[in-house]
Amino acid sequence: MCLAVPMEVLSIEGDLARVDQAGVKTRVSLMICDEPPQVGDYVIVHAGFAIHRLDPETAHESLSLLADLLAAADEGPGREE
Amino acid sequence: MKYIDEYRDPVAVRELIQAVSTTAQRIGGEPLRFMEVCGTHTMAIFRFGLRQILPGNVELISGPGCPVCVTAMAEVDRIVELSRREGVLVATFGDMLRVPGREISLAQAKAQGGRVEVVYSTLEALELARKNKEAQVVFMGVGFETTAPTVAAALFQAAGEGISNFSVLSCHKLLPPALEALLSGGKAKVHGFLMPGHVSTMIGAGAYEPLAREHKVPCVVTGFEPRDILSGILMLLRERAAHSHRVLIQYSRGVSWEGNTRAMGLLERVFQPRDSLWRGLGRIPDSGLALRPEFQGFDAERVFDLQPVPETEAQDPPGCRCGEVLQGLITPPQCGLFGRRCDPQNPVGPCMVSSEGTCAAYYKYN
Amino acid sequence: MSRILLDHGSGGKTSQELIEQVILPRLANPLLAPLNDGAVFELPGQAGGQRLAMTTDSYTVSPIFFPGGDIGSLAVHGTVNDLAMCGAEPLYLSAGLILEEGFDLSDLERILDSMRGAAEEAGVAIVTGDTKVVERGSADGIFINTAGLGMVRPGVSVSGQGARPGDRIILSGTVADHGVTILSQRKGLSFSTELRSDSAPLNGLVRAMLTAAPGIRCLRDPTRGGVATTLNEIAAQSRVGMILEEDALPLREEVRSACELLGLDPLYLANEGKVLAVVGPEEADRVLKAAQEHKYGRQAALIGRVTAENPGRVLLQTPYGTSRVVGMLAGEQLPRIC
Repeated sequence: MCLAVPMEVLSIEGDLARVDQAGVKTRVSLMICDEPPQVGDYVIVHAGFAIHRLDPETAHESLSLLADLLAAADEGPGREE
Repeated sequence: MKYIDEYRDPVAVRELIQAVSTTAQRIGGEPLRFMEVCGTHTMAIFRFGLRQILPGNVELISGPGCPVCVTAMAEVDRIVELSRREGVLVATFGDMLRVPGREISLAQAKAQGGRVEVVYSTLEALELARKNKEAQVVFMGVGFETTAPTVAAALFQAAGEGISNFSVLSCHKLLPPALEALLSGGKAKVHGFLMPGHVSTMIGAGAYEPLAREHKVPCVVTGFEPRDILSGILMLLRERAAHSHRVLIQYSRGVSWEGNTRAMGLLERVFQPRDSLWRGLGRIPDSGLALRPEFQGFDAERVFDLQPVPETEAQDPPGCRCGEVLQGLITPPQCGLFGRRCDPQNPVGPCMVSSEGTCAAYYKYN
Repeated sequence: MSRILLDHGSGGKTSQELIEQVILPRLANPLLAPLNDGAVFELPGQAGGQRLAMTTDSYTVSPIFFPGGDIGSLAVHGTVNDLAMCGAEPLYLSAGLILEEGFDLSDLERILDSMRGAAEEAGVAIVTGDTKVVERGSADGIFINTAGLGMVRPGVSVSGQGARPGDRIILSGTVADHGVTILSQRKGLSFSTELRSDSAPLNGLVRAMLTAAPGIRCLRDPTRGGVATTLNEIAAQSRVGMILEEDALPLREEVRSACELLGLDPLYLANEGKVLAVVGPEEADRVLKAAQEHKYGRQAALIGRVTAENPGRVLLQTPYGTSRVVGMLAGEQLPRIC
């Protein structure tokens, strides 16, 4: 129900940030972002507002979680911790 | 595109397809019905063609998570009527422009001389108010917990600047009460939920804990790329296999357990819960948002002295089965109007109007 | 439909309904009926003689100046391209200007200079014209209509009815550059890119392709409604199916990204300097090579094939081994937040 795209913070001026994703640049409000981002961070942008600061480590973890899921599927279900 | 393309990697997606299939086979038994609550999930599932590669015993049904679809027609009538008033400029997200009320849509109202502008963010709507001081700018506030805080932010800013020609017609809806109503209604049979990624960014995965516990149904908060969606399905399958019904976060890069407390705090300062009429689901207690009395100067209902929408006016047009579609009780082709009298150009029901509506997605991609 | 909506001008299904239900019943004749990009005919009493192609188009664009072009160059390119899509060498253009009271004269001069430049590049002459001025508020600055006349190359017969099962589909370059460029310039939508409109005259490129393979079955420029709508039209006119490979579609990163941000599908956004060609399998490599050697076809790609199955339908194969239907544009694509 809610389109949102990760974009990189290029600069910050008060409550506004200039952000970029693959050459598309726009200005977003930081008023409702959960954590104040730094330049170089990625934020998830919905309707002109940053709503979440992406933590690179968590993003990396989620990719390895995918790998774990695959490994677990090979071994069969039911091995709940 | 960083943080997007990694999650579309074809090799990884094919591996996940295989894993979903093996896991589903191992479980066997009765077909499992998983509900993707969010319209953006529905769209992504069709866009990437994921429905066709699911194993025979896994069925995806679409839920009530498309804000355009669940907005009552009478609400559209109210904004259409406002757009006809002298001195009013209606600002709306593009999503709402073609949604028919009982007579016409905002697009048609515009063709008849109404002032209607499409905006991409609430701050642009506010900008319209600054630039058109002679007009009363009314923003049609649609959306769930993801979008409502952006409206709250704009109202906060408007109050701070003392902007007096801006108001919001709040049609906002809250998701957890609707899911609770869906399950307590007892008709919908759901074996697991793919929960919406970005609503959960705001409310936090913890918000689904009561639902999962009371209805013993696993919930996986899921992202919107093919690897996310297939992983979400795989996690639901594993929950079913383990006879477990936890709330899990697949979309950990976007969602925490607590959510975005800053945005939700702002939301609560501007809005308060109220009962709301949902197309197809009817009246659900505390499932909508009204502006708090402190913000009544920005409340279009008060500014223009609008009457509340009577329940009887929230009914779907004759023959339209969107209500059942929204509850996952039928698939769109089971509706007699689908593809005959109802298609994306001449939509009868809400699920055909919204590009992320279930019927529109079925029509477009099948 | 009791009133005209913006959707009626979107180039998609709604536009088609207007043409079929309102316009054609009143204006129908055998030359108009095929609904190609232009009409192809011989002069009366000269059956078997030189075939001519004629076309017309009106141009309204906001903003009138945009990266990569303006309404003037667009008005020349569009009509030149419609003639080229008939397999014709464009010769002469007309230009009708509708100006709004108060329009800046220096802007008009800039637009006319741009028309001259575009005409020179395409090798056509603007040989007749008309100017009207309407009251302030009755037009958006400037509207331009151009009509064009060209000679159809001997031995060439391209038509929307020409696609046959087994044929290949070639696209001359990246998708949606014009559409995204214009969107980025629209008021209210504040995003920026380095993108430029692809607006260009395609007669040189088409000449090179037809020289390499005179048997090309169908040529179309996917303007309003985009690649998806154009292919659906050909599939319907030729009563064939089509399969596209998503991976093979040339797409700039900025275009992909802008479409993700606004919730749009690049297959439905406008192109102003691209040609879609349907060619027999034996000629596909030659056409592709000829296109890639031309400056307006460097990124040409084989994007799909024509099938006997699913007549009238266009399917897209994803990189995941799945597929989805690509229908016609229903109405104007709007940026969306959900």
